[in-house]
Order: sequence, then structure tokens, then C-alpha cells
Amino acid sequence: MSKKNPEYDFKWCPGCGDFGVKRALEMAVQQRNVELEMPMANTVVVAGIGCSGNIVHLYDGEQPFGLHGIHGRSLPISFGVKMANPDLNVVVVSGDGDFLSIGGEHIAPMAQRNLNVTAVVMDNGVYGLTKGQSSPTTDLGVITPTTPFGKLENSLNPLELYLTLGVSFVASGFSSKIKELTNLINQGMKHPGFSVVHVQSPCTTYNDTYDLLKGNAKKGIDATVHDVPESHDPSSKQAAYNLLQEEGIPLGVIYQRDESDPLDQRFNVMREKANARDLDRQIAAFQI
Amino acid sequence: MRNTDFVVRFAGEGGGGLVTSAELLAQVTSQVGYHVKTFVTFPSQIMGGPTFAQARISTSPVLSYGDQLDVLVALDREAYNTHQSEVRDGGVIIYNAEDFQLEEDEKSFGMRIDELAKSTGNPRAANMVMLGAIAYLVNMPEHYLPEYVTKRFSRGRPGDEEIIKGNIMALSLGAEEAKKSGFSLGALEDPTPPSGEQLLIKGNDALAIGAIAAGLDVFVGYPISPATTVLVYMERNLTGPGKFVYQASSEIESINAILGAGFAGKKSMTSTAGPGLSLMSEGIGLAWMAEIPTVIIDVQRGGPATGLPTKVEQSDLLVAIHPAHGDVSIPVIAVGTVEECFTGAALALNWAERYQGPVIILSDHGLSEQAQNIPKPDLSKVIVENRKVYTGNNGYERYDGVDVSPMPVPGGPGAYIANGSEHDPIGDTTHLPNRHVDMTHRRFNKLDLLKDDNYERENQDESIAIMTWGGSKGPTREAYDIMMGENQKIGWYYTMQLNPLPPQLLEELKSKELVLIPELNYLGQFAMLLRAKGVNAESITQYTGTPFKVGDLVTRIKDRIASHKKGLVNV
Repeated sequence: MSKKNPEYDFKWCPGCGDFGVKRALEMAVQQRNVELEMPMANTVVVAGIGCSGNIVHLYDGEQPFGLHGIHGRSLPISFGVKMANPDLNVVVVSGDGDFLSIGGEHIAPMAQRNLNVTAVVMDNGVYGLTKGQSSPTTDLGVITPTTPFGKLENSLNPLELYLTLGVSFVASGFSSKIKELTNLINQGMKHPGFSVVHVQSPCTTYNDTYDLLKGNAKKGIDATVHDVPESHDPSSKQAAYNLLQEEGIPLGVIYQRDESDPLDQRFNVMREKANARDLDRQIAAFQI
Repeated sequence: MRNTDFVVRFAGEGGGGLVTSAELLAQVTSQVGYHVKTFVTFPSQIMGGPTFAQARISTSPVLSYGDQLDVLVALDREAYNTHQSEVRDGGVIIYNAEDFQLEEDEKSFGMRIDELAKSTGNPRAANMVMLGAIAYLVNMPEHYLPEYVTKRFSRGRPGDEEIIKGNIMALSLGAEEAKKSGFSLGALEDPTPPSGEQLLIKGNDALAIGAIAAGLDVFVGYPISPATTVLVYMERNLTGPGKFVYQASSEIESINAILGAGFAGKKSMTSTAGPGLSLMSEGIGLAWMAEIPTVIIDVQRGGPATGLPTKVEQSDLLVAIHPAHGDVSIPVIAVGTVEECFTGAALALNWAERYQGPVIILSDHGLSEQAQNIPKPDLSKVIVENRKVYTGNNGYERYDGVDVSPMPVPGGPGAYIANGSEHDPIGDTTHLPNRHVDMTHRRFNKLDLLKDDNYERENQDESIAIMTWGGSKGPTREAYDIMMGENQKIGWYYTMQLNPLPPQLLEELKSKELVLIPELNYLGQFAMLLRAKGVNAESITQYTGTPFKVGDLVTRIKDRIASHKKGLVNV
């Protein structure tokens, strides 16, 4: 839509990882629509504030519904959308600042509820839109405009956090590996419960980590990312923790709970058991 | 002359059955056709702490909680010390003789309440002992209470008979003690039963039922005094296909969840109090900006920050109209009676659907806990409005024009981006100056849809008028009626619709020499707003955490009018 919209004046920087994430999201939703014979109108993309959230405006081809809300609150908004209409496919697009810093408080409740939405988190280790300040995933000691003498906080390990908070599907992707990422997002959307696809999505302007992630033989840099080994058992939380203790960033499905009943299902089961009273009976209970 | 009105207060440590006793008295008397209103106040803690609960019983509709007490039941010395000055001349104090002793005086008698209860074999019958004594003092026909007890405890359970027997014995033990004391309040007028079926219901329950009657689909809330019971009611009763109710992890989650549900096509609501409203600020701005229907109930309490969680104040009006940063003017409906809790909640949902944005209901602690008899609402007369839904093709411009436009629903046609950033007609972010101007106009224009001319007015030819708002309606009306009985020249105005105000009402108010606004806050918030609109409004304020007393209002209104007139003469 926005390619043809001269009024929309936002641009991602050349080489931004978010381009790849956008492509992967578009393809994953497309695949899902074909596989499940769903119309595009069945998907709602709830966007946070930051560079990442602009995916909703830059989306190519047939448009899903979008809600571009306020900073840090895309999860609670998605909660309302999904539970208002559990038939919708609800995807959250967010960044490391939006999701893990200001919005961090919302991850645990959604995990405990096993809300059936998919969060695609674009991690560039920096606040891009406000020009390069440190984020929860910025490394200790890094100099940024708000840490002029080096960052004082250790960097967060988001994948460990998700496991610990009880997220029932945790995947790790890389914006440059679009095909694999498409597959991860698709699996996340199919997972019956709360799924987080955490994506390394470099910021070419403020935190260019491409060399670090992919490796650069000329500069003598080894790649940080590596595929999750085939021997990994994603249904084992212990195996997932062990995997995350190894060097580098594993790409693939880190953890997927076997028996995962989502909130909408739990809610329906509970409601069927509940002894409901219609409004006339409710009012009669107050009758003098 | 027979008594037509009496007020009984139970005071002591919270958790001692005080609230139950006041509510029982209200139930018993409302069942035989009296009008009733209860009032409860307690500290913000689980159990204990100084609490009181009272019931006012009358042969005519009850407007206020009652300025003076006819009977005080003081369960401990602190309660006696705190409340005894409020007992009227000729009133009676029953004190708990197991807890403390008083010197002989002409008002009080001691009763060993727990001991008497234990002697019936049911130590939990203490409130029956108290009620028995009160019934004797006010000369209630002897059969009311035993009949009520028999009906209430005939539940078809083993042991019912035992409980009934014990309770009736407790009632007569209390009555005997009262008789021995020699006190009596004189003969009681028979009830004049209100016509039509009645409910005995509290404000928060009436809010919940009003919302359900207007088609509420989704409710998400977070526990906070004094709004919690709305959430509790919804958890139990908002049921059926497509309905969803949930306890959120914070008010920030609540507001964002209900606006998500509103976006998804549902009628949604939350309830909170001041601190929660503060946390919801940004989300309310998003609902205004992205044009999403949703309703927020603010059951006001006292003070900023944690303030007075369980006291009565009306100090959230300014923040309700302007809860968010930037240019917003949130529609506000302030309910003033338990009946208005029902109608106001339904109206709020209709307003949200009609103008497609957030609506705030202001209630207060007094209304939330107060049980009152109201006519049973006729559900067939509840007006239910639904938003205009877009049914065309894709390629729709959701935010086109300056008027409210059909809203696409996810799953259906017209996919768009509901955007909290300034946006163009399809919902894409834009910073063009003209767009911001046009979209700001669009958002404010839609408020015209809410300018229903619904308001009360009496003696509109008078140049001085009273206009209160919210829960101060009852005491102010009672004060007004007293002054009308004295042939004072004052007009009466009232509306639930504080923003936007009914246009005709505003015009009338502007033509007045003086409009007096009784309101429970320090700033005189409603008077400030009216003055900004060109009304010569002056507030009569109180910020004690307690409701207005009618007698105080009469004095203060008369004083204010007198000094106004004096000022005019001097000029």
C-alpha cells in the first residue's frame, strides 16, 4: 500500500534487517492463507512503536488488518483482538526496545495464559528510531548517546527469558535468512499458543552487526549464528536451556511445548462448565 | 406524628458483620415497602480497622444518607467516641457492654451482644440481636423480622430450621434488652410502597447490568478499590457465545486489551479508579486517535496517588475529560444515583459505538457500595446502538472526511491500519500539517453526535441556579427540596452528560447570574469547566472524603446566595 502512498514519509535505512523480516512475514502469511484457505482479512498485524512497527505500513501485496498502537503495548492489544475473535490470526511485530524494555512486563502474563498469538521481535540491539541509544540487548560497555562512557547493564538473553517466562514456542531467526525465517514464522502461527520468533535484524546505521552475525573471513571474524543442530530436541526445555549456553546464536526452533492448550480453548472449556445466568435471572437476584 | 424516616449506623472494627447488619436492615424494610439507602465506609485493608455502615429507611424516596443518626450501634469505644456526636437529640446509642462501659446518660444503653448471640446456640447471630433491638426502638411491627428470617433461611437445606429458630430467638433477645432500656423512638409510619417492582442493588452491580443490557461483549479489568466489584460481577455474569471477561495483569493491560477488542468489532469495557485511570492515560489517547469504541468506568476515590482508596470524592472530572496528552476531549458520563448507574452504563456503550471512540463513566465510592431500592429496569426499553460497520470492498478509506465513517471489522472487508500516529485516510502515518489539521477536526467533529439535549431543569426562570454533578446529586436535591419548601428563588439543573454538555443546557446556564456547583473536590473542577465556557459558576466544595450533609449544603447555598446579592447591591 505504502509504496504507492506519497504521504507516508517513513523509510527504513538501506540494508536494514527489517526488510528481510517484512518479506518473511508476507510470505509466511501468504503460505498460511493458502494452506488453511484463509482470506487475508483473517490476519491482524499489531505493531509496536519503533522501526520494526512500520512493517504494517510497508507491507506489500494484499493488505491484512493492522493496528499501529503505542510504545510497548502491542501484546496487550493483541490479547484483546485475539480474545474478542479467536478465529483471527494475530501477529505482533515489535523490536527489542518495544518488546523487552518498555513492553517487558507483558510477556509473562501472555506466556502463562498461552495466548494464541505470534510475536515477531526484530532485535537490532539499539533504539534506531530515536537515533542509537542503548537497548536491553546492547552489550555491556558499549558506547551510545545515552551511555557515553559505556553501557552499565549486562545484555539480556531474550531466548532464555522467553523460556523462563514459559513461552510455549520459542524460535530464533535471522533477517538475512528469509526462507528459514518464513518457515519459523509460519510454524509460530500454527503453534496453538504463545509463540515468539526472535529475529536478529541488524541496524546498518547505529549497530551494524552483519559481519559479526554472518562472519567475515577477510576481516577474520567468525560467524555468531549457526543452525540449531539436528540432534536438538525442541520439546525438551532442558535441551533448550543447554543449547542457549553454547557459544553463538542458534537459529531454528529452540523450544516447542508438546501439549499446548491456548487461552481461547481454556476459556471455552471453563465457560461450558460455568453455570451461566441470563440477564433476566441476574436482575431477578436483586428483586425485592 | 409518626416517624417517616430513620437512620441507623453500625460502627466498629471492620469484618464484624457491620455491613451485613446494615444491608439486612435495608432488605427487611425494603421488602415491606420502605425506601432505603445504605452507606458503607471502611479502611483499605482486609479485616479490621474502623468501619461503619448505615441504612436510611423512609416512607419516601431516599436522596441522601441522612445527616443525623436515630440509632447508633457502637461496637467499641473508639466507634462510640467517633460517632456519638452525630446522634440526634432524642436518638439512641446501643453500645457493646462486653467491650466498654459508659456512665449513665440519657442517650445510651449497653447490651452484651455476643453473649446474647451465644445463648441462642448460634454465636453468629450477633447481627440479629442488634436488629431485634433496633426494630423495637423504631417500633417496627413485630412480625417483619421473623418473617424475613424465615424466608431467607428456608433454603431446603438440613439445619435451616435450627438456624431460623436461633435467629428468631436472637431477635427477641435483642428486643427484650431494648425494652428493658426504656428507650423508644416513637411510632413508625407505615410504608408507602413504591409502585412497580423494585430492586435492592448497589451502584457497581447496576453499572455492570446496564452495560450487559446494552450488549457488552468484552470486559477486562484489574482489581482496585472501589471498582473491583464491577470486575467481580462481570467474571461471574458476562457469559454467552462471543463474550469474554478477564482479570488483567495491570490497568495498562486492561485498557490496551479493551481497545484491541473494540478494534476487533466488539463492545468492550473496563472499570478502574483514579490510579488505574492514570495508568490508562496513553491507551485512552490511542482509542481517541485510532477511533476505537470502548468504555472506561472510573469509580472515583479520594486524592492523588494512592490517596483515600475507600472514601468519597469527585476529583477526577478534569482528568476524565483530558486523560491523555495532546488535544483530546473524552466524552464523560457522570452517574449520580444507583438508577443512573444502570442507564449511564448503557448510554456510555451507545456513545462509544455512535462516535467510535472512548467514553468514560464517572461513578464514586459512595455509589459503588450503596444499596438502594430502584424500579426494576425494563430491558425492553433499553436502547442499544451499534457502530456503523463497513460492508463494501477493499480499498476503503477508513479515516476519510470529517464525519464518523463505517468501521471495518477484522475478518471482513476494508482492511486498514488503525493508527495511533497521525495518519492519512487509509491509516498510514503522516506528518503533513494539513492532515493533522483535518484529522484533528474530524476527531472533534464527531463529538457533535453526542450532544443529546438530556437534562433536568426546574424553575428555569430564576436567575440563580444550582447544578451539581455525579454522586452529590442526592444530597443536593434534598437540600434543594428543603429550600423550595422555604420558597427560595433558585433554579435546578442536572445532567449525566458532562462532556459534551447538552448545548441547550449550556445556553441556559450562560444566561444565569450565578450557578452554584456543590462538588466534592478542592479545585471546584466542574465550576472551572463551566467558567471556561462562559458560565458564571461558583463551586461549593468539600474534600473530607465523606459525602455532603444536606443541612450543611442548605446553609452554604443560602450564605452564598446572600453574599452574592449583597455584592450586587453594593455595586
